[in-house]
Amino acid sequence: MVFAFAAAVAGALIWIPHLIAPRRLTAVKAQPFECGKDPIEVAEGRFAIKFSTIAIFFILIDIELIFIWPWAVLYRRLGWFGFAEMLVFLGILMFGFLYIWRKGGLEWE
Amino acid sequence: MEHLALDALAAFILLNAVIGMVTYVTLLERKFAARMQSRIGPYRVGPHGLLQPIADALKLMMKEDIVPRAADRWVYNLAPIVFLIPCVLIFATIPFAPRLGLADLNIGVLFFLAVSSLEIVGLFMGGWGSNNKYALLSAMRAVNQIISYDLPFVFAALIPVVLAGSLQMSAIVAAQQGLWFVAYPVIGQLGFVAFLVATLAAENRVPFDILEAESELVAGFRVEYSGMKFAIIQLGEYAHMIASSFLGALLFLGGWLGPGSDIPAIGVLWFLLKAMLVFLVVTWVRWSFVRIRVDQILAVSWKLLLPATLGLLLVTAFWVALRGGAGA
Repeated sequence: MVFAFAAAVAGALIWIPHLIAPRRLTAVKAQPFECGKDPIEVAEGRFAIKFSTIAIFFILIDIELIFIWPWAVLYRRLGWFGFAEMLVFLGILMFGFLYIWRKGGLEWE
Repeated sequence: MEHLALDALAAFILLNAVIGMVTYVTLLERKFAARMQSRIGPYRVGPHGLLQPIADALKLMMKEDIVPRAADRWVYNLAPIVFLIPCVLIFATIPFAPRLGLADLNIGVLFFLAVSSLEIVGLFMGGWGSNNKYALLSAMRAVNQIISYDLPFVFAALIPVVLAGSLQMSAIVAAQQGLWFVAYPVIGQLGFVAFLVATLAAENRVPFDILEAESELVAGFRVEYSGMKFAIIQLGEYAHMIASSFLGALLFLGGWLGPGSDIPAIGVLWFLLKAMLVFLVVTWVRWSFVRIRVDQILAVSWKLLLPATLGLLLVTAFWVALRGGAGA
C-alpha cells in the first residue's frame, strides 16, 4: 500500500511540472552537461576493473550474511553451541578474507 | 474491504508525515549548518524562515524539466521514482510508539536493510540514464561505496538483534526496557559508532560524499536532473537519512522508552527527539569534516569496519552466551 502511494506521489510530482513549468528547450540546454565547453565525449567505454573486484568481494561476503541473520535471531536458544558454530564459520570466512587482503585485492591504486 | 480502506488511510497519513518531515528537516539542517558557521540561515520567508521549504518546493515545481538529448529517456525518467519508492517504503516498518506503526513485521530489521539498499538501483539508473560522464562515474563510485559499507552496516545492526534475540522492531525496543543498548559497556558504544559511520557512508554524506564531490564531478549522478526530478532525488535522500536516524534510535537508543513513555504521545515525543539527535549528529559531522579519498573510504570499510564489527558481533554473542542465553 505504501508502495503504491509512494509510486503515485512520485509520478504526480513529475507530472505537475508538465502543467505549470515553462518548456523552452534549446539545443544548448539539451546537451550533456559539461563545464562551459562542448562535450568532449559521451559516457561510455571501459571502466576500471577495481569496481568489479570490489563487487565480487561484496557478493562473497554478502552470501555468508544470509547465514548470520537466522543465527542472530536464534542465538539465545543455541547458546554455546551456536557460538562455536559461528566461530568455525567465520574462521573459514575470514581466512578467505585475509587471503584477499594479502593478495592486495583491497588496495586501490 | 473496510480493512483495505483503513490500510490505505494509514499509508496515506504515513506518506504525508514522511514528506512533511523531510521538507522541514531540510530547514532544520540549513538552520543548524548556519549556526555552526555563525550565520542565521533562512530567515526571510515567513517567521524565522519557517515557510522556506514550501517556497523551495513551489519554486522547484515551476522550473523547467530538461531532458538532455543524449539521455536514455526511459531510464532517465524512471530513475527518480525508483529512487524515491524504497526510501519511503522503509518507513512502513518503523513503529513510532507501541502499536503505532504501519506494519510491525517480525522481520522488521531485515526488511529495513533490504529495502533501503534497493535505493542504489534508482541511483545507478539515474547515473547511467543521464549518459553524462560525470554522472556515470559518480554512479559507479556510489555503487562501489554503498556495497562496501553495506556489510559493516548489517553487522552493526545485528548487534542489537543478537542482544534482543528478535528482528521485530518493537521486540528490540522492549528488550531495552532496563538498559538502552547504547549503554551496554563497550559493545553498545562501539556498535553505535560503527552504525553511525556506516550510516553516513550508506547515505553518501560527508565525509563519504565522493560520489558528488562537486569539485570533480559537479553534482554527481544528479547533474543532469532539473526541477522536480532533482527535488524527488533530494527528497529520497533525506527520507533515507531520516529513516536511518529512526533505525539508530530504535536499535541503540531505546526507541520510545523514556520517563513517562507509558503514555503513547510522550513515547512518540521521546522517539522523535532521539531520532533528531541522531540526525543532528550526522549534520554536525557533515559541517565539520572534509571529504576523504576513494582508497581511504574503501580501506575504512574493508580493513577497519568489517573486521571490527564482526569481532564486536562475536564479543556480543560471547557475552550473551556467558549470561546464559540458552533457553532465556
